[in-house]
Amino acid sequence: MEKARKRQFGIIATIVLAAVIVLGLMWATATAKKNAEHQDTLARVEKLGRIVWGVKADTKLFGLMNTKTGIPEGFDIDIAKALTVQISKQTGVPMSAEFVPVSSSSKMQLIKNTNIDGSVSTMTITPERKKIIDFTDQYFDAGQSILVKKDSGINSIKDMNDSKYTVIVVVGTTAATETKKFAPKAKILAVQDYATGMQALKSGQGQAMSTDNAILYGFATENPDYHIAGSTFTHGPYGIAFDKNQGPMIREANQALATIKENGEYNKLIKKWFSDVPGLDWHSLEAK
Amino acid sequence: MALLENNFPTFMQGFGYTLLSSIIALIGSMILGTGFAIMQIMPQVWIRKIGNIYVQIFRNIPLLVITFFFFLVVSKYVKMSGFTSGTVALMLYTSAFIAETVRAGILSVDAGQMEGARANGLSFGQALRFIILPQAFRVALPSLGNQFINLVKNSSILAFVGGLDLMYQGNMIAATTFETFSTYIVVGIFYLIITLPLSYYMQHLERKLKHAA
Amino acid sequence: MVTLGIFSAFTPQNILYLLGGLGITVGVSIISVILSLIFGSIVGIIQFERLPYFSKFVGTINNVIRNLPLLLIIFCVYFALPKIGIHLPIFWATVVAMSTFESAMLAEIVRGGLESIDRGQFEGARANGLSNMQTMFYIVLPQAYKKMIPPIISQLISLVKDTSLAMGIVLAEMTYRGQIVYAQNSTYIIPVLIAITLVYFILNYGLSLVARWADRKLA
Repeated sequence: MEKARKRQFGIIATIVLAAVIVLGLMWATATAKKNAEHQDTLARVEKLGRIVWGVKADTKLFGLMNTKTGIPEGFDIDIAKALTVQISKQTGVPMSAEFVPVSSSSKMQLIKNTNIDGSVSTMTITPERKKIIDFTDQYFDAGQSILVKKDSGINSIKDMNDSKYTVIVVVGTTAATETKKFAPKAKILAVQDYATGMQALKSGQGQAMSTDNAILYGFATENPDYHIAGSTFTHGPYGIAFDKNQGPMIREANQALATIKENGEYNKLIKKWFSDVPGLDWHSLEAK
Repeated sequence: MALLENNFPTFMQGFGYTLLSSIIALIGSMILGTGFAIMQIMPQVWIRKIGNIYVQIFRNIPLLVITFFFFLVVSKYVKMSGFTSGTVALMLYTSAFIAETVRAGILSVDAGQMEGARANGLSFGQALRFIILPQAFRVALPSLGNQFINLVKNSSILAFVGGLDLMYQGNMIAATTFETFSTYIVVGIFYLIITLPLSYYMQHLERKLKHAA
Repeated sequence: MVTLGIFSAFTPQNILYLLGGLGITVGVSIISVILSLIFGSIVGIIQFERLPYFSKFVGTINNVIRNLPLLLIIFCVYFALPKIGIHLPIFWATVVAMSTFESAMLAEIVRGGLESIDRGQFEGARANGLSNMQTMFYIVLPQAYKKMIPPIISQLISLVKDTSLAMGIVLAEMTYRGQIVYAQNSTYIIPVLIAITLVYFILNYGLSLVARWADRKLA
């Protein structure tokens, strides 16, 4: 009797649980598909009255965490703030800016998964990325370089085309793929973030760190033993990223970007962040 | 499945490095762990203290912090790659848990056996080697197996230091293909290939031991 | 260089920032341990009861989760949930991932704890007119939990340590915040790593002393 009841209960519970799992998975796939198809970013931010920006927290000059306030500070953050103000004006909907620190490896996924609305995070506009997400016009001109020890004897990326060299890059950056094209024989060490990358370079895990020159200048100022070898070997301006097919949001952001470039606010920010960087011609970065 | 086909060599390479790291760390931590377990039952108080301090330190700090310490600090003085740093950290971390397991195994052996062996003219070392340890390992086997499963799972820490393991390759593939979810499912299946059979075998062993007792 | 780092790395604001990270670490751990105690108990009891098919089914799912790396579960939860319209802040995404994983771990502990209780007690309680449920809740579970306190505390220690993995999804817990501090200046790395290690050690060693005390008290 007792045994029969247990058996009955077991069978029913198994069927119920299996059904819940199967239905749950079906519902999840359906919802995921629906969400992937149409989600208007502009409509979402207008409704919620806030734009959640993905920004860097470990990159000097662009986005570095202020440990007092717990909010990152840098050129990217100031741009995001200025854009939020402009977009509010244009749409007539008051919006606040929120910041979520992202890593290079996670930023694309976070946009795709709508963890964040947009990303101002030293992101190079590339054809591959354009297939997956949308970019605004460029907001910063950059190119890839390498940072090496001053006495290393390495003068350009071409010198590193040898299997005895290791180039440190950050997972998910363009440097991770571009470096292979210019120094195919060199080994690549991909780490999770720039802070670890710089530490890895200093402790000899690699002979060079490769990423955009503007980021490397930030490290060179702080570490006088290191310098940037050679000129930039790629040209890759930064864009502000949104999810794919977000025409209205891109239009608003581009208009806002054009406005701050025109009214001098953009140049003020360039001066604020880049005028003190030794070796960098910051006037060349200004909007004409 | 196209994902698996296109990236099969990468996944396999990651799988290989995960296995390699796990095996090296397993052997190393078995030796170290047994050593520290024996230290903790030595008659000399100061040796016991040292063994205990080692175990407490490595048991109570995160593996990630130990890994960063080797990868970023120690490597300034001794050259080591991300793979090596991660594996060494994994070995030291796991050895503390193995030491605890083996020590518990030793303590489960009746203290009278040691006295008996000594009375029969065996030295402390001989008694340990021939009488105590074989019994201790038999008792400790299921939990040692669990430690090994943990070790395999923990080897995913290599992803943080460019250790080329499964998790690292998975992150790289996810970051380029954007098929995040499918990638992680494949990675998960690869881990389960190692851990799941082991886990079932250990459960089986545990049951068998209990029946014997 | 190292000494220089010690003085300038630990400005009051950096210390406060790191302690804030400790708060997040502890917060995630405590919430996760409570949630996983609830779910782990349910799963553990189901496995213990040996209900035909059902216990095997639940046990298999439990084994799969238990044998995956936590890091993988964290990534999956964080990236997958928004796809089905669930937008969790990083903190709660971490809690969900950790609770899922720890529930599977605790289920094993609960099952083990229940199995260590003498079967005779069930029969005795049943003979005294208690129902199956009543026996479980009033007689068996209280005893089992008492025995489980030490292993539960060591799971809590694991949780505190494992929270550091969430820096992979940029949760601002203590290890991540340490990294932010040494991103300010790379001479800070040694003092910051040592400080973090010490804090983790004191916290977890303290917990392990509690576990040992409980063990002795209950034995």
